[in-house]
Amino acid sequence: MNDLLRRLLFLPDQASTFAKDVDQLHYFVILTTFVMSTAVGLTAIIFFIRFRRRSESQTTPHIEPAAWMEALFVGVPLIFFTAWFFLGYREFVRQFTPPIDSMDVYVMGKKWMWKFAYPDGPNSINVLRVPAGQNVRLLMTSRDVIHSFYVPEFRVKMDVLPGRYTQIWFNATTPGRYQIFCAEYCGAGHSIMRGEVIVLKPQEYEDWYAAQRRGLADRQDGAPTALDFAPPSGSMVDQGKRIAADQGCLKCHTIDGTRHIGPSWLDLYGRREKLSDGSVVLVDEAYLTESMMEPAQKVVEGFQPVMPSFQGKLTAPETAALVEFIKSLQSDAVRTGPSEGPAYAPIRGR
Amino acid sequence: MRLSEADSHALAGAPAVPDYLHDGTTVMSWLNTRDHKRVGILFLVSVTFFFFVGGLFALLLRLKLLQPGPFFMDALSYNRLFTLHGIVMIFLFLIPAIPSAFGNFVLPLMLGARDVAFPRLNLLSWYLYLIGAAVALWGMIHGGADTGWTFYTPYSSTTPTQVAPILLGAFIIGFSSILTGLNFIVTVHTLRAPGLGWMRMPLFVWSAYATSVIQILATPVLAITLLIVTVERLGGFGLFDPARGGDPVLFQHMFWFYSHPAVYIMILPAMGVISETVCAFSRKNPFGYKAIAFSSLGIAFVGFFTWGHHLLVAGQSVFVGGAFGLLSMFVGIFTAIKVFNWVGTMYRGAISFKTPFAYICGFLYFLVFGGMTGVALATTSLDIHWHDTYFVVAHFHFIMVGASVMAFLAGLHYWFPKMFGKTYHEGFGLVAASLIILGFNATFIPQFLLGNFGMPRRYYQYPDHFQALNVASTAGATLLGFGFVIIVIYLGIALRWGSRSESNPWGSKGFEWLTDSPPPTHNFDEIPTITQMPHDYRTHEPSGVIRVT
Amino acid sequence: MSHEAEAGLPPGILAHHFSSLSRQNEAMRLGMWLFLATEILLFAGLFTGYAVYRFQFPEAFAECSRHLELTLGTVNTLVLITSSLTVALAIHYARNNRRHAAAVCLVITILFAFAFLGIKAVEYTAHFHERSLPGKYYAFEEVKIPGAAMFFSLYFLMTGLHGLHVIAGMVVLGFILRHTLQNRYSSRYYTGLELGGMYWHLVDMVWIFLYPLLYLI
Repeated sequence: MNDLLRRLLFLPDQASTFAKDVDQLHYFVILTTFVMSTAVGLTAIIFFIRFRRRSESQTTPHIEPAAWMEALFVGVPLIFFTAWFFLGYREFVRQFTPPIDSMDVYVMGKKWMWKFAYPDGPNSINVLRVPAGQNVRLLMTSRDVIHSFYVPEFRVKMDVLPGRYTQIWFNATTPGRYQIFCAEYCGAGHSIMRGEVIVLKPQEYEDWYAAQRRGLADRQDGAPTALDFAPPSGSMVDQGKRIAADQGCLKCHTIDGTRHIGPSWLDLYGRREKLSDGSVVLVDEAYLTESMMEPAQKVVEGFQPVMPSFQGKLTAPETAALVEFIKSLQSDAVRTGPSEGPAYAPIRGR
Repeated sequence: MRLSEADSHALAGAPAVPDYLHDGTTVMSWLNTRDHKRVGILFLVSVTFFFFVGGLFALLLRLKLLQPGPFFMDALSYNRLFTLHGIVMIFLFLIPAIPSAFGNFVLPLMLGARDVAFPRLNLLSWYLYLIGAAVALWGMIHGGADTGWTFYTPYSSTTPTQVAPILLGAFIIGFSSILTGLNFIVTVHTLRAPGLGWMRMPLFVWSAYATSVIQILATPVLAITLLIVTVERLGGFGLFDPARGGDPVLFQHMFWFYSHPAVYIMILPAMGVISETVCAFSRKNPFGYKAIAFSSLGIAFVGFFTWGHHLLVAGQSVFVGGAFGLLSMFVGIFTAIKVFNWVGTMYRGAISFKTPFAYICGFLYFLVFGGMTGVALATTSLDIHWHDTYFVVAHFHFIMVGASVMAFLAGLHYWFPKMFGKTYHEGFGLVAASLIILGFNATFIPQFLLGNFGMPRRYYQYPDHFQALNVASTAGATLLGFGFVIIVIYLGIALRWGSRSESNPWGSKGFEWLTDSPPPTHNFDEIPTITQMPHDYRTHEPSGVIRVT
Repeated sequence: MSHEAEAGLPPGILAHHFSSLSRQNEAMRLGMWLFLATEILLFAGLFTGYAVYRFQFPEAFAECSRHLELTLGTVNTLVLITSSLTVALAIHYARNNRRHAAAVCLVITILFAFAFLGIKAVEYTAHFHERSLPGKYYAFEEVKIPGAAMFFSLYFLMTGLHGLHVIAGMVVLGFILRHTLQNRYSSRYYTGLELGGMYWHLVDMVWIFLYPLLYLI
């Protein structure tokens, strides 16, 4: 039944854990729409036939609706629409809340291509390889104008914005190749800004990933990026370390815990920092990226707002590499105080 | 049958009073008119012209889309064409059409007034429309913008095409819209005939009033938003530029704060026309007068709080998305109220299946389908798949063309004898209506399916598997265009060679039919006193309804 | 049907489609209030932008505000408030058939408006010299915090748009001055003057909101 309706409505394959639930609600909504519009149209025609004008001097009774009738006209649609909203919103929240065990991939959209980078080094242009059955979180930004990352078979879409990170997650169920479209108009190449998600069986993915890490150039996709010209052991952490030195981050931030012009990076990731306005922020990828792009937004208490913005000075892979470097700076110090939960709230329900 | 004023004059031996069309026949008498009816006709001609300009752009787009790869035009031309199609259709047709063409003509007549409150401002409204259109046209001729009518930043602040003249044109046309709305509100408040309380006003007036409130409150926000983008382009101010600390999503919030209520500017007057024509052609009182009247105000009010449903995947928080999604559901309720009441009006009526009624049937079907797909889009999780695909394109065309344009055509055919005193050929009317309804379905139902299939909008090239549906859509569009052309032909013939119509060929009890068709310049010899609701068909004779002399 | 002759008004005041002068006055006032509402919404967009970016860059905005000429801004505020007083006086005198006094008050109002623009020109020149300019032109040495350029983008947009409205207001005042001198207004009819005054009050009100946001906080 699901498949029949899916084909009838020209919906693509359901290739993510999300797709089937979305489609079920889709059927409910669309079928109601069909039924109601046909019913209204038919009623009009039936009324025309039944109550057509028989003579020019015909008069009509003055009819006004009873209150219960109007209540019905208001109540029934209200119930349907509210039901749809709540059913849909549950899924919507789920789609916006990546699970804890998600594997991260950094995505950058620019006119007119998609670039993907994995935390441990591999990167590619226009092709995203993921293992089937694995939760994947995409951390996305744009280099220039607003684009939108859209994979119809997964039923996922999210705008990618310049100067900010947005995120989306999915879990691809079936190995195969799925098209990526750009879904926000971005100029002459908007309709050819396409890519491909290649969903591999978990073992195949592991093999591919290992080959990438070994840096076998002939198995890498796409033209070399800046990161390719790094030392062969090109993990993002190493890249981040190099960039931190090159860009002058280490002039203000130490990596050994010493307080300097800016907060030290040691044990920074995952910490709850108190800001100058009294609020508390959790130091995650978003906060770290924001601090590089808009440093005056959230300043840690006790420090001056003197950090310059690196908007336009760092490419997205470089930003991602710095984030990975900071994440890697964990000391072995025994934690004082109670241990805190993970960085993400667990997903309830399924 | 009651004598028309012209006939009573003739019988009394008095010299015939010229109707408004013949009261001064020089070009200057038209270009310098204070008569709301002439301003309405000026607008009617202008919006019809631009409808065909926008329609031509649409046909060219659909022609390109027959082929998945490059064909017939390059990507830049395509991008400019869909931008201009949107701008011309929205700002130069949909927003002004029913209010400024029909509203200007019938509103004072429906209120028993001699004119709108500010006749010179009314004329200025038309000139602003023309000037704005000319500025936009200048931009179009010099290449035109390629941003889409939504002008999202940073693309619109950085693209080298002629965005500034288009923005400026839209800015000027916005003031035309504001002045029309202002005029209508003041007219309804201060120029109602004696006895015409708010609860006796024709339903078209209620719709026009609600529309005018939106025009007044929402359009200035568009004006300032476009002004900021213009300044950004010309001066690098950076309010929406992330490299200078700006937020591109702020543009989207400000833009949609106007543009969502704007869609209610496009549909509310259409709903008013349908209210009038359903009653006239069913020869029946409106089913739930208060429900229809107040739901117009409800749409206007709630419509201001739903703009965020255009930003559900724009990177905003889940909570914000949910809030706007929920609010959007409520707007649909008001439309449902109207649909049930219109259908209820037909119950036990005396229905005559004339051309306007054919458009009413089409309107009802398209409004329910299009409206419910709108509610579907506001269902947050579904929007993730549908956002910026052809599903959205189909949804808004169902409302803007399927509903708004059908209502425009219903009104055009209903008020044609009133405006011009001529009769058109009914057979052609029904043929054209059928072609349009058929052609419309053939054009846009494939687009719903394309959206489901995953085809994003504003796509110059597309993967091969989308081709079949695109070809179907183009075929439908050709049929649709053909239908519109037929209308122009037979209405043109009627204007020139049509037979003289009676004063009230439909036997309608709407108040605008109390005076002649076409009316004299001063509308009424003496202002009528209204003692009854409009569209009261309990008796056949109109005696006792109003006193005209 | 000559309502006008009965009312003893100058010709051309009462339009043919209004049943009485009081109806027409009511319509004119309502029309002007609606127009003022549109002006408020026009500025509301800029105030929204200000709120959003103030929230994002609080230190930069506060710091830049301190570098504006507070004295000149305060003088301008007093100038505008006084000009609202003089235009109200003009209406008062017209209602009491004191044509010359009304005209004098209108002239003073226009002069105050010139003064306002003059002071603003002085401020703008200072900004040009110290390079505290909007967006990409910002090169102000004394404040180099992120968000400073945004403050000045908003400053110039808001005061610039307001300045345009001051000029429009001056044109309106000029027209009603001419009408006053032509004896159009009297105790029987002064609505046109009233509407011009209302517009001027709006121009003043917008500044009263701009001033604290830009200069004081």
